[in-house]
Amino acid sequence: MKRLKKNFYRGGRLKEYRRSLHFFLKNPLTILGLAIVISLILISIFASQIAPYPEQGRGISSVKDRLLSPNYERLFGTDNLGRDILSRVIFGSRVSLKAAVVVILIVVVIGTPLGIIAGYFGGKIDEVIMRMSDMILAFPSLLLAIAIVAILGPSLMNAMIALSVPWWPWYTRLARSQTISLRERQFVEAARAVGVSNFKIMFRHILPNCLTPIIVQATLDMGYIILSLAGLGFLGLGTQPPTPDWGVMISKGRSFILNQWWFSTFPGVAIFITVLGFNLLGDGLAEALNPKRRK
Amino acid sequence: MNKFLRYIGRRLALLILVLIGLSIITFTLARIVPSDPAAVYLGPRPRPEQIAEVRIKLGLDKPVYVQYAYYLRDLLHGDLGTSIRTHQPVLKSILRFLPASFELMLTAIILALIIGTLLGVTSAQKENTLIDHANRLFAVTGVSLPAFWLGLLFQLLFFRCLGILPLGGRIDIYVSLFSPIKHITGFYVIDSLITGNWVAFKSSILHLILPGITLAAYSTGIIMRMTRATMLEVNREDYIVAARAAGIPERTVVFKYALKNAMAPTLTTAGLAFASMLTATFFIETIFYWPGVGTYTVKSILLNDYPVIMAVTLVGALLYVLVNLVVDLVLVFLDPRIRL
Repeated sequence: MKRLKKNFYRGGRLKEYRRSLHFFLKNPLTILGLAIVISLILISIFASQIAPYPEQGRGISSVKDRLLSPNYERLFGTDNLGRDILSRVIFGSRVSLKAAVVVILIVVVIGTPLGIIAGYFGGKIDEVIMRMSDMILAFPSLLLAIAIVAILGPSLMNAMIALSVPWWPWYTRLARSQTISLRERQFVEAARAVGVSNFKIMFRHILPNCLTPIIVQATLDMGYIILSLAGLGFLGLGTQPPTPDWGVMISKGRSFILNQWWFSTFPGVAIFITVLGFNLLGDGLAEALNPKRRK
Repeated sequence: MNKFLRYIGRRLALLILVLIGLSIITFTLARIVPSDPAAVYLGPRPRPEQIAEVRIKLGLDKPVYVQYAYYLRDLLHGDLGTSIRTHQPVLKSILRFLPASFELMLTAIILALIIGTLLGVTSAQKENTLIDHANRLFAVTGVSLPAFWLGLLFQLLFFRCLGILPLGGRIDIYVSLFSPIKHITGFYVIDSLITGNWVAFKSSILHLILPGITLAAYSTGIIMRMTRATMLEVNREDYIVAARAAGIPERTVVFKYALKNAMAPTLTTAGLAFASMLTATFFIETIFYWPGVGTYTVKSILLNDYPVIMAVTLVGALLYVLVNLVVDLVLVFLDPRIRL
């Protein structure tokens, strides 16, 4: 009997996933997003193999080739230190993706458990955690990040910390609202009745059921975090040269924009396509996994 | 009405709590995070006796809660600190640059609300047609573009290639020399309009176009998405179906009945978009040489002028909180269903 029930349950879930997958694959924009994200990951993994001038991508300058316009050999042209911009853009994807993933991991790992604890226990604990996150959410997030990194000193590491501080409360809220709706469900009550510890209920039973909206949110946030990191780089607060960073490249190319248009343009295209990819993918995931949003 | 006043009272009380929270966070950042705030205050390579002097001046020899009390007292007296770079009170500089930033932000938010709402409504009306897809693509593009890069592209296109719009600044130099704007509101467009200074009016409008559009791009995108989503929901509601069945012209149904109810989430989104706009002005003012708070702050960031950064952060958060409060109050006015 028990086994039958379990299979039945699994079947329902599988069917639901299959339906979601169907909706997911039906939308051409979502496929485009997925394709962009996958190619991006591949490009950043194989940067050294793909980039035509890998050593310049990493930061070695070659002054005799400075500011060459795009041509057959240098598809994106070269920058003011003679480095191949295509190679720099390719290596830049590594920096951006890695940093954004780290930020997302930090905020999910900090925000989610706090939200589950707040939602599960309620009362004073809930009050303290939520007021704390409200306080941080009262700041425009990038503004707070800029202030923090300005105090800590400019570096990629500090930029990642600074972006995580204003971001975790979003995940706390998300996890909390999920937990509150799950708290009174039968499987939780059953677990409690059998004497499973609070800790185990929260992280073995509630956490897995919170993951779907968190993954959707994380995908959408990847785009925003990459934009913010580029912004911090543009202000000189993020990645420091000679490490390739899209935001820094745009900032360096700014003084050349009127005559050497390619310098700032191509790194910007890279940011745009990357963020677009994550946004399309995130939207598609949200639509596929949330039955309310389906038509 | 009585209820409404009580609601405002409650929101203001809550606001005070939020402000205390904000001040605690900026205080922590300014005084506790740096290992030695006195060294930060003095800049690179200070002499030891200078440090000792500044420690007493900043009250760093006192316990933390006393320091916080001092900080709060200064804030309440409008003292946001003194800039290390210009030795001017920060509040004075912020107030001087604020009208320029407000003019830009206001232009952008108006643009975003109008374009975003119109696109959202058309998309919802023509759901799943080519127009809808084009609008949605437009919106997701607006949300994915780095603002500072978009600004550079606009400069390249409209200034360098087409030569029809200025590169940056608020007004042409010769206009400001030969027909200067009388300073009334600090908004160049309004000041030149009410004094009948047409040359300056035209010049300031031309200078607003590119930064205004650049700043509006992100907000337009999210406002469009929100409007579309709520309009789709409202369109399925009974009273709209009934209105259509009764033969009321489509235009009246959409703009008078449906949009009015879809406005609430749109306005809330616009309030939230204001947060990203506040920070986006940093980039856009820098790109377009716009003499506002953003340019002032970015210069301060590059020179490690901490008091300015902290003050701007606090003022920005305060503005953000106030804007959201105003949006909530407007919503209560618009929608009698909201329970107070």
